[in-house]
Amino acid sequence: MTTQIPDLSEQEQLRYISQQAADARVNVEIETEGMTLNLGPQHPATHGTLRIIAKLDGEQVVAAEPVMGYMHRGYEKLAEVRTYPQVTTLVNRIDWVGSFANETPFILAAEKLMEVEAPPRAQYIRTILHEMSRIANVILGIGDMGVQVGAVTPIFFAFRDREYVLNQIEAVTGGRFHPNFDRIGGLKDDLPAGWIQNTKNAMEKVRDFCDQIEELMYGNEIFQARTRGIGIIPKDVGLAYGLSGVNIRGSGVDWDVRRDNMSPGLVYDQVDWKVWTHPDGDSYSRMWVRLQEVREGTKIVDQLLDQIPSGPIMAKVPRIIKVPAGEAYVETENPLGVMGYYVVSKGDLNPYRVKIRSASFNNVSITPWLLKGVYVPDIITILGSLYFILGDIDR
Amino acid sequence: MGLVPGMIKGLGVTAKSAIETIFPDGPLKPPSPSKGAVTIQYPHEKEAPAPRARGVIALQEDNCTACMLCARECPDWCIYIEGHKEKAPPRRAGGKPRQKNKLDRFDIDFALCMYCGICVEVCPFDALFWSPEYEFSEPRIADLLHDKSRLAEWMETVPDFESYESGSEAKVRKVPR
Amino acid sequence: MISILSVEIPYWGQTTFRVLGGLAAVLLPAGALVYIYLFKLMSFVQSRLGPMEAGPAGSLQLLAEVGKAFQKEDIFPRKADKLVFAAAPFVVLMSTFLLILVVPFGPDAWFVNLDTGIFFALAVSSVSVIGILMAGWASASKYSLLGGLRAAGQLIAYELPLVLAVMGVVIQAGTLNMQEIVYAQAEGEIFGISGIGNPFIITQFIGFAIFLIAMQAELTQPPFDMPVAESELVSGYMTEYSGIRFLLFFIGEFATAGVFSMIASVLFLGGWWVPGLDPDSNLFNILGPAVLFGKVMLVTFLIFWFRFTYPRFREDQLQKLAWKVLIPLSLVNIVATGILKVVF
Repeated sequence: MTTQIPDLSEQEQLRYISQQAADARVNVEIETEGMTLNLGPQHPATHGTLRIIAKLDGEQVVAAEPVMGYMHRGYEKLAEVRTYPQVTTLVNRIDWVGSFANETPFILAAEKLMEVEAPPRAQYIRTILHEMSRIANVILGIGDMGVQVGAVTPIFFAFRDREYVLNQIEAVTGGRFHPNFDRIGGLKDDLPAGWIQNTKNAMEKVRDFCDQIEELMYGNEIFQARTRGIGIIPKDVGLAYGLSGVNIRGSGVDWDVRRDNMSPGLVYDQVDWKVWTHPDGDSYSRMWVRLQEVREGTKIVDQLLDQIPSGPIMAKVPRIIKVPAGEAYVETENPLGVMGYYVVSKGDLNPYRVKIRSASFNNVSITPWLLKGVYVPDIITILGSLYFILGDIDR
Repeated sequence: MGLVPGMIKGLGVTAKSAIETIFPDGPLKPPSPSKGAVTIQYPHEKEAPAPRARGVIALQEDNCTACMLCARECPDWCIYIEGHKEKAPPRRAGGKPRQKNKLDRFDIDFALCMYCGICVEVCPFDALFWSPEYEFSEPRIADLLHDKSRLAEWMETVPDFESYESGSEAKVRKVPR
Repeated sequence: MISILSVEIPYWGQTTFRVLGGLAAVLLPAGALVYIYLFKLMSFVQSRLGPMEAGPAGSLQLLAEVGKAFQKEDIFPRKADKLVFAAAPFVVLMSTFLLILVVPFGPDAWFVNLDTGIFFALAVSSVSVIGILMAGWASASKYSLLGGLRAAGQLIAYELPLVLAVMGVVIQAGTLNMQEIVYAQAEGEIFGISGIGNPFIITQFIGFAIFLIAMQAELTQPPFDMPVAESELVSGYMTEYSGIRFLLFFIGEFATAGVFSMIASVLFLGGWWVPGLDPDSNLFNILGPAVLFGKVMLVTFLIFWFRFTYPRFREDQLQKLAWKVLIPLSLVNIVATGILKVVF
């Protein structure tokens, strides 16, 4: 490698050369061999198969690069050879801990193309289930953060109280993880008797969990020391990388699709709720916003349960669904962030093309920027606070 | 204020949780952790799944006409149906013999099935039902291909449909027994 | 320990007796606290029951685990330094067995009654660092290496507060002999009240707290478990181990917890002695081990309670805690103890 020596007088040149030589000597003396640490694809902290290639200097990260695609299942392509009702069962598997929420935007997009609207009762139940899958998802994320920072108990509390929510989802949809309950023009079935009261009890349990975890984890000084001021995402950088959901609200951007760009078919405008933001943008603020989001979610569910109108749950839709030709994009605020489906139809039984915009893919793509200069333990807490689901990255 | 309170509170949370598990009836009653724990000791006691739970698909063989709707709608094509037409005796004496679809084979490969429930939903003749039964694992994956006699056995475990929440206009269906 | 038996035993018999006694003294508390705290109490905290199938209420689970570990293949990574890799767990376990030597169990029940007992204990406890470094280096794995280096940094940093916390007790008791420290607590008096003796936890409470924190770090229990940090370094220096050698590390971890708690209860809680009884009576040769065991369970309860509750520190935060908080605090404690010792 040749260095361009600037145009200088002889004396300056000599000084410049000697200075460079001195620098080189120092560099040789201090220079240590870097180490490349492969976090994943088989690693306990990446909960799935995300791989992060981290170049380390001691325990400090010099450069980090996420490698995705180890679990790519080709759902966009698979959707092209499935009929519309069959696609919902596939997209359940994208974000597998909050799976009902994956169906909603796809169904809404198909409804938009077909120009049908679900009856109000179906819209309410749909919103309730969407919000319950958010609760089930985010609770797990909070408990998982506990494991990432080394506390064992929060994850068990999370699984314990998430079970009440999942039981309610199972009682109405039949599936704990893969409900496949949303239909074009309504829902598969109506609520079973006693469900409303049981769900209110479950929401009470979730609120108790929030108080418990706040004392156990968020209030803990070690947890705060591990997360406060770590992994700060400034507003503009977050927006530039396309972050969405809690991760951008944790940086102080007051943007929530549920409130700002709600698509018809969901009834978030019928309830009184608040979008939480936090100005700091660090790991702690993201986790704090998550916790408030769970609390807000229980309030939304409670209010909606009181307001459910009576009526049918299915609009008039032909038995064999053919979606008229056209294109539609619908996005909703999913547990992990904004999720959208761009559906192109040519009037067939199958969609011609489906593009899935899943939140985690964008959320994780900020890691090379974010992980520069942090310590190895911080990689884990930052990844935990970004909270991604592998299926949501790779689809 | 500083280091102590948050960490002490955390200790309180774990201690309280342990006491609630060991003494579910209050601290003065004898301890009974098995009651206080939220877990279930599986092979000894069993959890009752929700009536709608999608455990296994049961077949009401008499109702099936081998129309192949379920096999066609299945997203991963795990239902295998074979049938033939046969003449059934006429309803009235002297009438023409009726044509009837007789089911020869109805297999579901539960190793492929992803429990989406589309087959149950599309069945126009009330032949397929969800049962919350979940204990049908096999040591070999090939053994998960269950035939119609096994599917018919599960028909007994199908619970009645629940009544609906107030405000619903849906009609409660009946399980053919 | 031999003198309590009036019969004459040949040398080989004595040796066997000592070896068996040492094994029992190390393994029984370790097994008990793994079952009671790690398996059961931790499960209760998390609203579950823990092992229930092996034996009544799962009490034989530990034996099942040991049996499982014995069956597993002893895997050596291809690039590992075989000899060092194989020897590392034994080095770790050796330090535990060396530690138990100086712990007194009764007026006459001891393995070795060293005049510099506590000094010896603190010295041999550092041997385990070498074992952990050996394991981390010889595994030829990056996770192991990071874990081993973290362990070395951490254990050396916390050796100091550990030693300094003990200094207060040594000044107050006026001896390094562990047996005499027990007698000093049994026969001492506090503000003229001699009924409960003088367990040093009362006068040396700061010392006890520092000792407990430093002990937690020496044992690499959460919140100081960066060397094993399962969510970051997979399993730290133990990542590449399997089967019996992993079991040895596991035993080493919890046996050391038991033995360190023994030392803590000897230093701060009065060891084998209970208030109200004559420390010289022959009764304590039988009762003493049980009393000590009870106190060990008390101390380990604290260790495990912290373990269930707290997340772990980061490497630099841990060092900050040691050098900026614990060491200055323990120095102040020593100075205060010294002044008070001279004044009273």
